[in-house]
Amino acid sequence: MVSLNPQGQPTRKQRPLPSALKPKPQSGLYEKKQPVFPRKIDGRFRRLKWGVMAVCLAIYYLTPWLRWNRGPYAPDQAVLIDLAHRRFYMFSIEIWPQEFYFVAGLLIMAGIGLFLVTSAVGRAWCGYACPQTVWTDLFQHIDRWFDGDRNAQIRLANAPWTAGKLARRLSKWSLYLLVNVATGGAWIFYFADAPTLAHQVFTGTAPAIAYSTIAVLAGTTLWLGGFMREQVCVYMCPWPRIQSAMLDEKSLIVTYKDWRGEPRGKSSGGDCVDCNLCAAVCPTGIDIRDGAQIGCITCALCIDACDGVMAKTGRPRGLIDYATLEDSEKERAGAPPTSHAKLIWHARTLIYLGLWSAIGCALLFALGTREHLAISVAKDRNPPFMLMSDGAIRNAYLVKWRNMEDRPRPMRLTLDGIPGARMWSEEMGKAQATRQLTRTIPADQTEPLRIYVIAPAGTAQQPLGFTLTATDAQGGTVRYDTRFDAPEGGQ
Amino acid sequence: MTDKRIDEATNTETMGHEWDGIEELNTPLPRWWLYTFYACIAFAVGYAVVYPSVPLIHEGTHGSFGWTSRGEYAAEKKAEAAQRAPMLAALAKTPIEDLPKNPDLTRQAVAGGRAAFKVNCVQCHGAGAAGSVGYPNLNDDDWLWGGSLTDIQQTLTHGIRYPGDDQTRTSLMPSFGHDKILTPAQVQDAASFVRSLSGLEPKGAAAQRGAEIFATNCVACHGPDAKGGRQFGAPNLTDRIWLYGGSREQVVGSITNAHAGVMPAWGQRLDPVTIKMLAAYVHSLGGGEAFAAPTPVAK
Ligand code: SF4
Ligand code: SF4
Repeated sequence: MVSLNPQGQPTRKQRPLPSALKPKPQSGLYEKKQPVFPRKIDGRFRRLKWGVMAVCLAIYYLTPWLRWNRGPYAPDQAVLIDLAHRRFYMFSIEIWPQEFYFVAGLLIMAGIGLFLVTSAVGRAWCGYACPQTVWTDLFQHIDRWFDGDRNAQIRLANAPWTAGKLARRLSKWSLYLLVNVATGGAWIFYFADAPTLAHQVFTGTAPAIAYSTIAVLAGTTLWLGGFMREQVCVYMCPWPRIQSAMLDEKSLIVTYKDWRGEPRGKSSGGDCVDCNLCAAVCPTGIDIRDGAQIGCITCALCIDACDGVMAKTGRPRGLIDYATLEDSEKERAGAPPTSHAKLIWHARTLIYLGLWSAIGCALLFALGTREHLAISVAKDRNPPFMLMSDGAIRNAYLVKWRNMEDRPRPMRLTLDGIPGARMWSEEMGKAQATRQLTRTIPADQTEPLRIYVIAPAGTAQQPLGFTLTATDAQGGTVRYDTRFDAPEGGQ
Repeated sequence: MTDKRIDEATNTETMGHEWDGIEELNTPLPRWWLYTFYACIAFAVGYAVVYPSVPLIHEGTHGSFGWTSRGEYAAEKKAEAAQRAPMLAALAKTPIEDLPKNPDLTRQAVAGGRAAFKVNCVQCHGAGAAGSVGYPNLNDDDWLWGGSLTDIQQTLTHGIRYPGDDQTRTSLMPSFGHDKILTPAQVQDAASFVRSLSGLEPKGAAAQRGAEIFATNCVACHGPDAKGGRQFGAPNLTDRIWLYGGSREQVVGSITNAHAGVMPAWGQRLDPVTIKMLAAYVHSLGGGEAFAAPTPVAK
């Protein structure tokens, strides 16, 4: 772990701040939020950001509308969190509550995936894929669309509240509202059949919880994306702190190469012309030339900005660039920069990748080999056994037959052990007791059945098993081991 | 204490104190943080006004809407009762012998009966309905007065030997020893015979003598084959189930003193629907007769 100052030097003495918006020294415990007006920029990273944003939003908005045929007994929505029936559908995968370890595994993979990404490409999650970033970006585009670019925005912000300004603000905020409602509205479709629910929402017949979810999510989107923006990244989100701790000298971070840029100024010899464009485009309002800092989400827009300036001034690109601390030191000493593709692969990245893949493979294996039926048996413990009038001993069990397929399946329950024992269910009566019961379990159902097992007089306490076999073409067998209780020493 | 100054490296004011050359920067918190804190205070004040909160000398403040946890509980109970009303009404209409025709209703009745059993019956019959000496086990297949739904309902409603209910099930075993109807030796012989019926003792000379005593004194109730009779709640003496125990001392004690267990007439305390539910539950315990019992709902 290293300090976030990439040069490993004491921070430079601050020069007079170029922007009027830079925080002024102030006393008091509380600081007014400094609004950020990022300037429009184009470049390769901006285009990448557009691409990632489009993919993220497409995934978010379209996923609930994908259909997936599961036959007549299960919903045909590809991704569905069915809270009422406690099922989670994801394409061909169907997760039952007792299989929640799959979800836990996915969450662990997501966690390690974040470590992997951080180790390979620094805070790329923050800069490109984090919902807070995606929506903040969206709102900043809306700002530019209504109020113009940075300078116009600043002018408007400082302008007195005239009717014209109010009208502009109100129309902008209405678009905000539209985005918010669309954001909250899309979320609920993950929890119910999307077309049905959409129709209900628009006709006013959806359940109250749907409307309140939309309202809550619209409100938080407006608050966090529309107004808090970079404050979330700097003050509220724990992830930058964790990530800072995970960055090491081999992690890619956005770096200003001060050994190349300084001294700044048009005619001072360094490459940096002090145009301040890198700070003007930054969506979190920081100046990367002050060194790596927690406010930097490594979106690389400053790289785009500076590359443009370098092209104009005829200097090589990359005065601000993705670099590792290790590489920075080399470059400072005069070596050429290493290619990014090479920097991505180092030991930590490979270890994370190995771990991530191993868990993924284990989950896939478990998914592929799991039985689509299950049995659970709860033995009656009070009383543990029952003496019948002819001296026979009876135990009672609650046997749950579980069909995890989306069609009814015939199943057979057999008794394993105690050769003389037989069982009957409540619908049968003792006279019909047998060693195997069959019934058809409806699609996606758990059927509890109280089972009585009777063994001849003199049977001692011993293990007893129930085996559940699906008797259709697909087959499958599961077994549950329990116990048969009897009076001490038989009778 | 030194004077406040601006730290050059960070352009931030210091707090104005210094220890061993270390100064603290006055890095301000964002103002929205402060507003959030104010909002929490406002919420707390509102909460204290709306809900009962401030303890006073005799009682606390009531809150502006008069909310109490008891009131909430009462409302929940009312809602629950309203939800159960249709089921209870259906149960009231259905004669108990027709219950098996409606598995769904039966399932609900069993569930209700399970709850009522926990309140009213476990004191004698135990939480698992397994009873104990003198208190019948309700899980087995041995029924003194009958194990059909109607029989159980009858027993529940009117009790057994319960004073004050003229339809109560009643019978009386004489105290053969206590009242000197049999001599102690005869009692011993009779006990030997009774125990030999269920294989607890070999059929020796004592049992032979006991058989004769049994023929003259006991067949009236327990029957010539000693299989008992439900008309008098007379136990079957040939099976392995003993209400008052099957050891020699216990059997001798039963013949000498006789037992006359009492069960309350629950009809005097519980409404007919609850009794129906109780009967359905007891019948479902695995030994119910005459009707097939339904599948219980999973809990
Ligand atoms: S964009 Fe490049 S040249 Fe302009 S101020 Fe930033 S580092 Fe210097
Ligand atoms: S400093 Fe550069 S990389 Fe960091 S957040 Fe600002 S624009 Fe993005």
